[in-house]
Amino acid sequence: MANADFKANRPLSPHLQVYRLILTMLMSILHRITGAGLYFGTILMAFWLICAASGPEAYEFANGVFGSWIGRLILFGFTWALVHHMLGGLRHFVWDMGRGFQLEAANWMAKATIIGSVSLTILLWIIGYVVR
Amino acid sequence: MVQLTLPKNSRMGEGKVWDKPEGATNLREYRVYRWSPDDGRNPRIDTYYVDMDDCGPMVLDALIYIKNNIDPTLTFRRSCREGICGSCAMNIDGTNTLACTKGADECQDEIVKIYPLPHMPVVKDLVPDLTRFYAQHRSIEPWLKTTTPEPAKEWLQSHEDRQKLDGLYECILCACCSTSCPSYWWNGDRYLGPAILLQAYRWLIDSRDEATGERLDNLEDPFRLYRCHTIMNCSQTCPKGLNPAKAIAEIKKMMVERRV
Repeated sequence: MANADFKANRPLSPHLQVYRLILTMLMSILHRITGAGLYFGTILMAFWLICAASGPEAYEFANGVFGSWIGRLILFGFTWALVHHMLGGLRHFVWDMGRGFQLEAANWMAKATIIGSVSLTILLWIIGYVVR
Repeated sequence: MVQLTLPKNSRMGEGKVWDKPEGATNLREYRVYRWSPDDGRNPRIDTYYVDMDDCGPMVLDALIYIKNNIDPTLTFRRSCREGICGSCAMNIDGTNTLACTKGADECQDEIVKIYPLPHMPVVKDLVPDLTRFYAQHRSIEPWLKTTTPEPAKEWLQSHEDRQKLDGLYECILCACCSTSCPSYWWNGDRYLGPAILLQAYRWLIDSRDEATGERLDNLEDPFRLYRCHTIMNCSQTCPKGLNPAKAIAEIKKMMVERRV
């Protein structure tokens, strides 16, 4: 809340504007963004299922949309959001048990999440193309 | 409420560039947040040049140098100059810390930037208004609460139980952690923040205290406790090396454990 005391017309001291971005802080922001992205991804999923249920023409249309290069790019982003949010969830699971709070551990988990999410996403897509 | 930008009256402008001290060869540039309630202007950033050969090693030494030699109107809190009073907590080089224990040589940026503790009402220059912070501390009743009759001499505690207070009793309530926390920025009117929750845990875990259930009841609230999302800024910034995020997680664990 913008909770400066406006009666005395006191300014609010700067916050996001001046605070140095910390890895664990960035991961928290990414967790939120990917979480919001999953809502969008679920709509895509529902669209695909509805098309599949509506008949071969609609299904062809959906496959065309997702098969285009921009469709694939969006699906790639959705995959990453899903994997990243899942690994972030595991990180929170460790924290919920009261572990991983030493700064070294927290920073290590943050790095592992980002490296893990990117590599897993690429791996999934490689597998996807290979078995196609 | 999340408001990412600053209100109109809080936006910062360029301030005065003060003269370099004469004859100095080893200068360091300091940019310091200024605001006075008396002139009706918006906050601004003044630039000072500190003669590092004529100044102590800590950022607080530089602020005192500025006040003594360049600009006597610069306002900041300081007292013990050894990291035990918490008065000189401020945002230095992008993180919250105590000016008296932060070495100028530890600052990553060549230009040292100094602001008041983030997202707080400013009284003047680097002095924030901590009224609400202290009121929140009062709200957790930070004293020993007992129902058994008082012992003739003193409340005894085993060595093991005393050790549980290590990493908690050292907190000096400087407010560095609470004002580094985005959750506290957005919901500081209802979320207690890391410093106060660490204090709350200090009493929850004290073997002599007999109000554990009552204390937990008071914290069981979507905002007071559960606005902590483990962003970890608090533990990363604590100038005393304490771990408020861990203390909050322990409280959350106690909440679950008392139900099973």
